[in-house]
Amino acid sequence: MKKPRKRHALSTRLWHWISAVSLIILFMSGLNISNAHRRLYWGDDGFLPEQAWLEVPRFPGWATIPDYYSLAAARDWHVLFSLLLGFSLLAFMIFAFANGHMKRDIFASKREWKPSSILKDIREHLKFNFEHGEGKYNILQKIAYASVILILIPLMIFTGMVMSPGMEAAWPWMTEIFGGRQSARSLHFIAAWLLFGFFVIHILLVLAAGPISQVRAMITGGKE
Amino acid sequence: MMQRRNFLVAAGAAFLNGCNEIGETAWFGKLVEGAQGWHRGLHRALGVGRIPMAPEYTRADLSPFFRGNGSLTVDTEAYRAAEANGFANWRLAVGGLVDNPGELSMDDIRALPQRTQITRHDCVEGWSAIGEWTGPQLSTILEAAQVRPEANFIVFRCADNLNGQDYYESCDMDDAIHPQTIIAHRLNGDPLPVRNGAPLRLRIERQLGYKHAKYLTGIDAVASLDDIGEGKGGYWEDRSGYQWYAGI
Repeated sequence: MKKPRKRHALSTRLWHWISAVSLIILFMSGLNISNAHRRLYWGDDGFLPEQAWLEVPRFPGWATIPDYYSLAAARDWHVLFSLLLGFSLLAFMIFAFANGHMKRDIFASKREWKPSSILKDIREHLKFNFEHGEGKYNILQKIAYASVILILIPLMIFTGMVMSPGMEAAWPWMTEIFGGRQSARSLHFIAAWLLFGFFVIHILLVLAAGPISQVRAMITGGKE
Repeated sequence: MMQRRNFLVAAGAAFLNGCNEIGETAWFGKLVEGAQGWHRGLHRALGVGRIPMAPEYTRADLSPFFRGNGSLTVDTEAYRAAEANGFANWRLAVGGLVDNPGELSMDDIRALPQRTQITRHDCVEGWSAIGEWTGPQLSTILEAAQVRPEANFIVFRCADNLNGQDYYESCDMDDAIHPQTIIAHRLNGDPLPVRNGAPLRLRIERQLGYKHAKYLTGIDAVASLDDIGEGKGGYWEDRSGYQWYAGI
């Protein structure tokens, strides 16, 4: 398929901003939901302190949506934006595989996977040189983007689906893959914080690499 | 640097304020209602070709005990007297849009065909407990009562009063006639403990805990939920805006 003329295809840009908004809202409403029961368990069930593997701190109002404790209102935001996140990822995947973005820009070649090449990339990052690597993205970027698109966000979506009892009744095998509902809930929590970690590094690197040109390219498409 | 930080703090506060305001608008409520319908539609559609069933477990999976939440008893003289009497005279009224209304005694309920299921109870807060429940299927009771075709919902009346309002719940006919929807009178082989809703509670296994109404006194078939309580179909739905479809 023909290479797109712009740096970022329209489907990529739309998905990027829809996901950015959805993930921020889902993360912050999720912290509100977490405040409703601040213990995490492994397996199918759990409600006692001695069954828990983690006692989660209470998240303050400035970090949650809404900014006061309301499980019902937080769930409203979660119920709405979970659909947006899930279906926009599905649409993006279809476009990204069809227009070659995934294969061309996200998947790394055998050569890039060599330890010497990865080490070189880490050194370049430490020198704040981001304009290197053979394609649009360097190997560390490829690993980060592929982990988010193909692992972390799908993990959020599927563990979220497991926690919906109506969904679980339709696809009960999903619960078993994750080792039970409370395991899915724990993984949902862990993956949320890994995504938060990605978010922080992503913002810092955009700031370091030139925020105005980077954000403009993600809005207008930019030049190849 | 200081200015940039002030800007970020102000932007964050404006974002949260915006979310709060959007969250209170009517159109946001409509959007959420639409999203709930989408979830419900997906849940039903993705279980293609069979009746979607909640997972069932074995006795080895039972929780150490079954936590009580919400009302832990009913604070009335009548309930205390019923409890002292082993709930021998408890009645479940069946009415509304049915051709054959009536009352079921505890003996009537125990004489119906029974279903025993070991299921997981998921509270909206996030915790889960596994218990073994026994009771007749709601569909058996509804068939005997001959529900009229214009009935769209089943309403569950309860003896408990929480924060000054009578507890109640409701579900659509799809969940009402679902094989795992039972009127439970036993938990883990014993009569239902008071904290878990003695002597009768609803088990509606494809939805969250607040739908599983306890201390049941009556079942009504209705066409609309508008005139019941504050019209949102349940105690928590009316009081705090919880989702009526709690399969999410």
